[in-house]
Amino acid sequence: MDAEPGATGPGPAEPEPSSRAKAALSEGKKAERRLGLLLCAPAILIMAAVAGWPIIYSVWLSLQRYDLKFPDRTEFVGLDNYVTVLTNPYWWNAMWVTILITVVSVAVELVLGMALALIMHRTLVGRGIVRTSTLIPYGIVTVVAAFSWRYAWTPGTGYLAETIAGGEPVLTQKIPAIMVVTLAEIWKTTPFMALLLMAGLALVPDDLLKAAAMDGASAWQRFTKVMVPVMKPAILVALLFRTLDAFRIFDNLFVLTAGSQGTSSVSMLTYNNLIKGLNLGIGSTMSVLIFVAVAIIAFVFVKLFGTAAPGGDGGGRR
Amino acid sequence: MRGKGHRLAAAGSAALIASSVLAGCGSGDGGITINVYKYPQQNFQKIVDNCNERADGYEIVYHKLPREADGQREQMVRRLAAGDDDMDVLALDVTWTAELAEAGWIREFTGSTKAQVEDGTLETPLETARYEGKLYGAPDNTNVQLLWYRGDLVPTPPTTWSEMIEMGTRLEEDGDDKTPGRVAAQGKQYEGLVVLYNTLVNTAGGQVLDDGGSKAVIDDGAVEALEVLKQFATSKVVDPSFSNAAEDDARLAMETGKAAFQLNWPYVYAAAQAVPDLAPNLKWAPFPSIDGGPAKVTVGGINYGVSAFSRHPDESFDAVTCLRSAEHQKFAAINDGVPPTIESVYDDPEMAKPYPMKEAILETLKNASVRPRTPAYQNVSTVISTVLSPPADIDPRPTADRLRAELQDALDSKGVLP
Repeated sequence: MDAEPGATGPGPAEPEPSSRAKAALSEGKKAERRLGLLLCAPAILIMAAVAGWPIIYSVWLSLQRYDLKFPDRTEFVGLDNYVTVLTNPYWWNAMWVTILITVVSVAVELVLGMALALIMHRTLVGRGIVRTSTLIPYGIVTVVAAFSWRYAWTPGTGYLAETIAGGEPVLTQKIPAIMVVTLAEIWKTTPFMALLLMAGLALVPDDLLKAAAMDGASAWQRFTKVMVPVMKPAILVALLFRTLDAFRIFDNLFVLTAGSQGTSSVSMLTYNNLIKGLNLGIGSTMSVLIFVAVAIIAFVFVKLFGTAAPGGDGGGRR
Repeated sequence: MRGKGHRLAAAGSAALIASSVLAGCGSGDGGITINVYKYPQQNFQKIVDNCNERADGYEIVYHKLPREADGQREQMVRRLAAGDDDMDVLALDVTWTAELAEAGWIREFTGSTKAQVEDGTLETPLETARYEGKLYGAPDNTNVQLLWYRGDLVPTPPTTWSEMIEMGTRLEEDGDDKTPGRVAAQGKQYEGLVVLYNTLVNTAGGQVLDDGGSKAVIDDGAVEALEVLKQFATSKVVDPSFSNAAEDDARLAMETGKAAFQLNWPYVYAAAQAVPDLAPNLKWAPFPSIDGGPAKVTVGGINYGVSAFSRHPDESFDAVTCLRSAEHQKFAAINDGVPPTIESVYDDPEMAKPYPMKEAILETLKNASVRPRTPAYQNVSTVISTVLSPPADIDPRPTADRLRAELQDALDSKGVLP
């Protein structure tokens, strides 16, 4: 297939030719189209099978009383499970914990990530070393990192527990444990945020900054009035990705507290009901609710803030 | 032309990948493999090797499960729910029998295998392997906790909880910096805390569920147990990491000289032999009671079950018989510290030296209590460990009410598991 000439850009150039080309499709073009569809078909089928079917199936399961421990008591109960979950204090506790971890960690990560990105962007000496060392936390497997955090915060074996917490078992107390989990999450994914923001920084033309400096803008003014507006699409994409990720937090929590003392996130709670409790009905109800929450977050970001959808053309258009 | 060539190449590589994947699926030789899933037991591989030498036409392979009970159960039920036919023999905690039997995931022991299992096996462990009158497991080891104490610091062991707390406090106050008065036990939010609570409830003559296992009771005895637990958790002698401590944490606290008392399973005796400072001073006594009578200690232990999805049930039952034979139970008792389920093993003269606490165990076993028997046991246990955690925050009456309501929901598979 020939590549389209990129000069005009795929965005605005597309509607015109395609609407007119319909009548004038040559035999060769048609064959190419068919081949294109054929080549896409396996991917579409696989996506439907691995992403679509589980969603439909869990919606179906969420409408049933379905407990693997009592295979004989399976029955259709309509929305009963939703009532059970949405009126349950454990669920709302997990929801607030999840929202708290998400908001705090993403906010801190944005600030730290921006600082790191600026440092990495501007470093003149030892650029490679600075970038590599910044990215190390992101390169460590989350579970492994979580284990080292757990040991660090365990009295007796841990240096943090002995020095900072004064021998207190912080992971067994709700608020301190949530703080430790959030800290571990921030430590782990700030580099990811920095990476995305650094890509955004590259979009800011140096000429623009020089012109602003010429006009007498201070460093802070250049940052807020020039860099941030130009970087906005990149910032929003970074925020969207991290928010969705943080909302589904599981592995860090699983290792650090396993959801004890009311530190469960919604994913942790779902795991407990589905895998540990073998209660497919209640567990599926929770996963459907998480799915809905994630969809709402994505919708808010894409439609209200104008974040470019992943796979879109990156314009950040409204 | 170019496109065609590409497509051909793509098809060719796809076929190559497919054929290599298919080849990977085939089993190598024709021999039968019996996959045994058990928690990490230090010298279990030797028992497996021994059985393999005698096995006729099959080979046992030992797969290690996670160290903690919750992790073991999770892996097994997840795979059983998916009908995994690669699991044959399962080492099941005594509390899982009802659940797995009700779900139809383990096979019943019948005929001569059943007779072989029941012959000479202690009654309490056997009881844990039964569900609705049928035998679903072969007891491998049983277990009861004892009170372990430092003989060099404590001349006479305490018999009640308050006495133990008092002795610990005195040691802590009178001794120099190196004299520990702490008590190590399992207070983490997991099964170990449920075991501790169940022992206290039964010792106080209370009940958590009714006999049928379908109704949450939480009577006065159960409330008294909450009071004792709260008292202990807020006392001066409790280990600071009590609310996060599992069995091994308690063992380590004593081995590193941080505790004078520990409430734990007998495996700590075998483990302590590797610690020269502690070994000669490690003494044992019956579990402390509440008001002087005998404590009704929760029985633990492992039963072998045979997966309903196993492709080789006959060989699996045969393997079970070998793995739990009197000879191998004795070996495990001596080397890994797990108490046997076959009564005659206790009389073996070889047991005396490495296993001096056998009399205390046999005696405790006669007074032992079992945990609530219901297919929803996991939920019951999760609710109990959540509501009681951290133990220092227990407020006996309100905690009891909450426990009762949430347990009832769990039994009706209606509630949300925390």
